[in-house]
Amino acid sequence: MNTPVIELRELVKTYQTGEVEVKAVRGVTLDIQRGEFVAVMGASGSGKSTLMNTLGCLDQPSGGSYRLDGVAVAGLDRRELAKLRNKKLGFVFQSFNLLSRTSALDNVELPLFYTQPLVNLRERRQRATEALVKVGLGSRGGHHPSQLSGGQQQRVAIARALVNRPELVLADEPTGNLDTRTSIEIMGLFQELNEAGITIVMVTHELDVAAYCKRIVVMRDGQVISDTLNGNRRTARQELATLNDAEQTARLG
Amino acid sequence: MFALIQIIFVRSGQTALIALRALRRNKLRSSLTALGIIIGVASVVAMVAVGNGAQARITSQISALGQNLLTVFAGSKHSGGVNSGLGSASTITLADAAAIAREVTDVVAMSPEISTTAQAIANGRNWSTSIVGESPDYLKIRDWKLSAGSMFTERDTRGAVKVAVIGSKTANELFGPLNPVGQSVRIKNIPFVIIGLLESKGAGMGGQNQDDRIIIPYTTAMKRITGDKYLRSVNLQIISAGRMEAAQQQLTSLLRQRHRLTAGQDDDFNIFNQKEIADTVNSVSRIITLLLGAVAGISLLVGGIGIMNIMLVSVTERTREIGIRIAVGAQPGDIRLQFLIEAVTLSLLGGLIGVLSGVGAAQLVGVVADFHAVVSTGSIILAFGVSTVIGVFFGLYPAHKAAALNPIEALRYE
Repeated sequence: MNTPVIELRELVKTYQTGEVEVKAVRGVTLDIQRGEFVAVMGASGSGKSTLMNTLGCLDQPSGGSYRLDGVAVAGLDRRELAKLRNKKLGFVFQSFNLLSRTSALDNVELPLFYTQPLVNLRERRQRATEALVKVGLGSRGGHHPSQLSGGQQQRVAIARALVNRPELVLADEPTGNLDTRTSIEIMGLFQELNEAGITIVMVTHELDVAAYCKRIVVMRDGQVISDTLNGNRRTARQELATLNDAEQTARLG
Repeated sequence: MFALIQIIFVRSGQTALIALRALRRNKLRSSLTALGIIIGVASVVAMVAVGNGAQARITSQISALGQNLLTVFAGSKHSGGVNSGLGSASTITLADAAAIAREVTDVVAMSPEISTTAQAIANGRNWSTSIVGESPDYLKIRDWKLSAGSMFTERDTRGAVKVAVIGSKTANELFGPLNPVGQSVRIKNIPFVIIGLLESKGAGMGGQNQDDRIIIPYTTAMKRITGDKYLRSVNLQIISAGRMEAAQQQLTSLLRQRHRLTAGQDDDFNIFNQKEIADTVNSVSRIITLLLGAVAGISLLVGGIGIMNIMLVSVTERTREIGIRIAVGAQPGDIRLQFLIEAVTLSLLGGLIGVLSGVGAAQLVGVVADFHAVVSTGSIILAFGVSTVIGVFFGLYPAHKAAALNPIEALRYE
């Protein structure tokens, strides 16, 4: 319990675009403990996406150190990174990134396909179904993404992120493509999952959305400029109840 | 170790499933891609079958001539610019034939041949046919059998007896369904007794009907029919295929010596060497088969390039899918295997359908051209093997390209 899920020390990430060297992340030191729900905020170009890609083991840091669940990530090759992503991380993207023409259940199963040791078909089905139930889509397993609403698609993506019981769920603007009400529902789902003990790191540029998190990290020009606990936390469950009441009243009136 | 093998097997199975699903989704595209291989494989199989069939047919025609046959033809006769053709010159005599039998080693059977065309009359009908004088050895040399009666003997030849063996076509024309054996036939007003009926042999190398003839002892033919002392040719059977070359050389020098030809003079005879002809025909048809196979092989190559093309398109099109798979933990090897299996499945499927349609096409050619195409197992295995290799070879690059994608860029790909 003592090792943080994420342990960043002076993390640096530079890109070479043509002649110019872009310093996207310049020295970030950050610990994230188990059970936290962190929002990483910042304008575009602040380096938050780059930080996210590095945290997601999709990219290697150029300098500093990154330990994911105690494992030093620097120096691992593509295969070992793939293994880490498969076992310890779950991804939720702004554009859902589901496989089209593939059922929701098959989409959720996807990470288990690549897990070692092998997960047999029956267990894959069972775990994918459980994950779908967890996100409230137990009865939609056979639907294809095109037959689901945006909110439902994002739920399928969240189920996929959860299916391999990761140490950490990384969400990149998860509500960016959703309307307000659906956004609140999705944030509510994240809050529920977090209460159940799942660690979540979320990138967003919207303060409204960040307000559902427990801790807010703000970045600018590749550096962390503020790191505070969220004293004024929004609760999606409550807001939804209020929203429902308001709708009820509007309909009656 | 066992666990590793299990992982590889089960994983390949799962990956194959993904690959097959992807192929099923794009049915039209998959079948069009496979079509290249189908045509390639089908043409390899069919072309080689037709080539083999042609070779088998020619070989059987040559071997129908007899076994290890050497034939010495008299040279051709020129008179006033008209060339009367092989065997027309008066250069080979019975003495020559006797000398050949005596002096050329490895000759196991010899038959001097006289040939003419005459009207045969029997049973109230008449028919123009070849009258051929031969020795009793002739049937052995030509590997020919009688379907009724018997061949004339050495004694018949010595006595120039008026007996005949009749070809099936001639017998049919003169006697219809009647058994000709024991009947009489008149050739140039001389009555012959038919003592044997030849089995049907069909068309010969030159296309003439070998069944339309009457064979009589050569002595009888010389004395009573042609009145000539020269032979058209001498048919010889040599003891084995390996000795034919040597026998031909002995024969040539013997005849040149007997005909007193000097070093500068051309032979006044021609030797037909069955083995030489068979070898030539075989090597020619082998080359033709090879050429046909090569042309078909090129179309197989084109089919392979088609597969690579489609796989590259597929990789580009599915960049995002690949990105997702990599993000959730697919190893580069998993991605590579997935696309490789797709390519190999396409080419194997194409190979299978190609073999079936190739065999079908070969049969069709057989039916249409009244010709027996020989589908060889070798060409089927080869076509299958080559199409698999093509699938792997042309699938490798697109698969490698897919596996090497950067997940961050792949996920952003629109």
